[in-house]
Amino acid sequence: MESLYLLIPLSAGLVLVIIAVFGWAVHRGQFEELEFEAERILTDETLPLDGRQGKTASSAEES
Amino acid sequence: MASTAVTGSQGAGPLNTGVQSAGAQSVSVYTDTTVRLFTLAAVVWGVVGMLVGVIIAAQLTWPELNFGIPWLSYGRLRPLHTNAVIFAFGGCTLFACSYHVVQRTCQTRLFAPKLALFTFWGWQLVILAAAITLPLGMTQGKEYAELEWPIDLLIAVVWVSYAVVFFGTIGIRKVRHIYVANWFFGAFILAVALLHIVNSAASPAGPFKSYSAYAGVQDAMIQWWYGHNAVGFFLTAGFLGMMYYFIPKQAERPIYSYRLSIVHFWALIFTYMWAGPHHLHYTALPDWVQSVGMVFSLVLLAPSWGGMINGIMTLSGAWHKLRDDPILKFLIVSLSFYGMSTFEGPMMSIKTVNALSHYTDWTVGHVHSGALGWVGLISMGSLYYLIPRLFGQKQMYSVKAIEVHFWVATVGIVLYIAAMWIAGVMQGLMWRAVNPDGTLVYSFVESVKATFPYYVVRLVGGLLYLSGMLIMAWNTVMTVRNGSPTEVRIPVPGAKPAHA
Repeated sequence: MESLYLLIPLSAGLVLVIIAVFGWAVHRGQFEELEFEAERILTDETLPLDGRQGKTASSAEES
Repeated sequence: MASTAVTGSQGAGPLNTGVQSAGAQSVSVYTDTTVRLFTLAAVVWGVVGMLVGVIIAAQLTWPELNFGIPWLSYGRLRPLHTNAVIFAFGGCTLFACSYHVVQRTCQTRLFAPKLALFTFWGWQLVILAAAITLPLGMTQGKEYAELEWPIDLLIAVVWVSYAVVFFGTIGIRKVRHIYVANWFFGAFILAVALLHIVNSAASPAGPFKSYSAYAGVQDAMIQWWYGHNAVGFFLTAGFLGMMYYFIPKQAERPIYSYRLSIVHFWALIFTYMWAGPHHLHYTALPDWVQSVGMVFSLVLLAPSWGGMINGIMTLSGAWHKLRDDPILKFLIVSLSFYGMSTFEGPMMSIKTVNALSHYTDWTVGHVHSGALGWVGLISMGSLYYLIPRLFGQKQMYSVKAIEVHFWVATVGIVLYIAAMWIAGVMQGLMWRAVNPDGTLVYSFVESVKATFPYYVVRLVGGLLYLSGMLIMAWNTVMTVRNGSPTEVRIPVPGAKPAHA
């Protein structure tokens, strides 16, 4: 069943990639303030700056 | 819409560069040109793909309709139908919605808008090439991967470009949080790239002929690792991304549980990869591999229903909106069919059940429950939301027509799948009926004859579904005629606090 020599390592590798991406997301604060983020798409027209803009969040807005 | 729509200044042409220089301040607008193009293409290909579906359904019912003409024969038209509805209709819908959603949730224009435009024309070229080569009988013989190697190369180029545009846009986002829909789109794009490249590996033996890099049961395993993940990532993850944006927007309520959306996302993308073997029960595939596929398919029920529950419960406290809003009907009912299909699928993955269902029309019924019920209805609902807004309108030309479309489509779906359930179980039972002396009770042709009335009902169901799509096409034309391409200003976050 030679195709499994390709598919299983590929899938296992994918699992590692998934874990890595998940870890990155947690580290970058993607899972903070979830209730707010759920509402954001409904109110994006009028939101004031709140320190969550920009990829480097609050640091970009301090000036 | 008046406050955000920008009319007039730079001319209404669709190729606006999108940056206004009105007075001292330059204002950015979203790049919706490509979104508009894909949206209209989706409606066109929906009609085409479903029409071919109706033709082949008629041919199965009355084989005389093959007319003895090779390029109109069922064998060649079937992949034309599957490719048209999945990749042309489904694909254009996904491109349109993902390009729209990633911009709106990241509050930025598309990264590399010209590359995005290339993905549109490239994809249309793929579709055109499919429409020509498939009826000519040029096929790699792999389900949902029939297109020959030159077209496969084009698909790879377009897809890599798509990934660059999509992930590039995420990279330049103005909002730090990546909205959950984008995770689904991102997973869909990356998975499809991987699946396509691995499964389509082939040795060319002529301009439109090639041999798969794999053979026999090895090829079968690779093919159904691809095939089931095409369902799981192209037809599920991508459209769940759409669901997570358009349901909250249309219902004007946030997702029921944002936390659940994240949890079921990770569970879903992990589990789907292992379900492929359920297409190969009781074949030459090793028993243990079949068992792995069966178990993971059963596990898949949980994350799938997580998504269904999340979407439907978003209407909690607002169920009354379903009464008067046909777009919401499309979106929510699509999730009911999604729930049905993601329950039916795991059941059919059980080996003993599969022993009855495999090769019967129950499989066809299951596919179309997911395709017409989930993919079709969520696409229609999302496009009905999107089209008016892309053309400066508050809603489609006729809301009544959306309502009619919904009911026509739903009745069509129910007729289709009920007919196929009955036919499928009947076929399975007839094929396995044995006399006491061990001989078969029925010959194969007897089961074909018994299936005839259900093929008629299925054809009626399909005709209804196509009629609904034609209503949508009319409604779209009227909406576009009454509107004009509108640029939407990107919201500028409110004034900075005054510095002392």
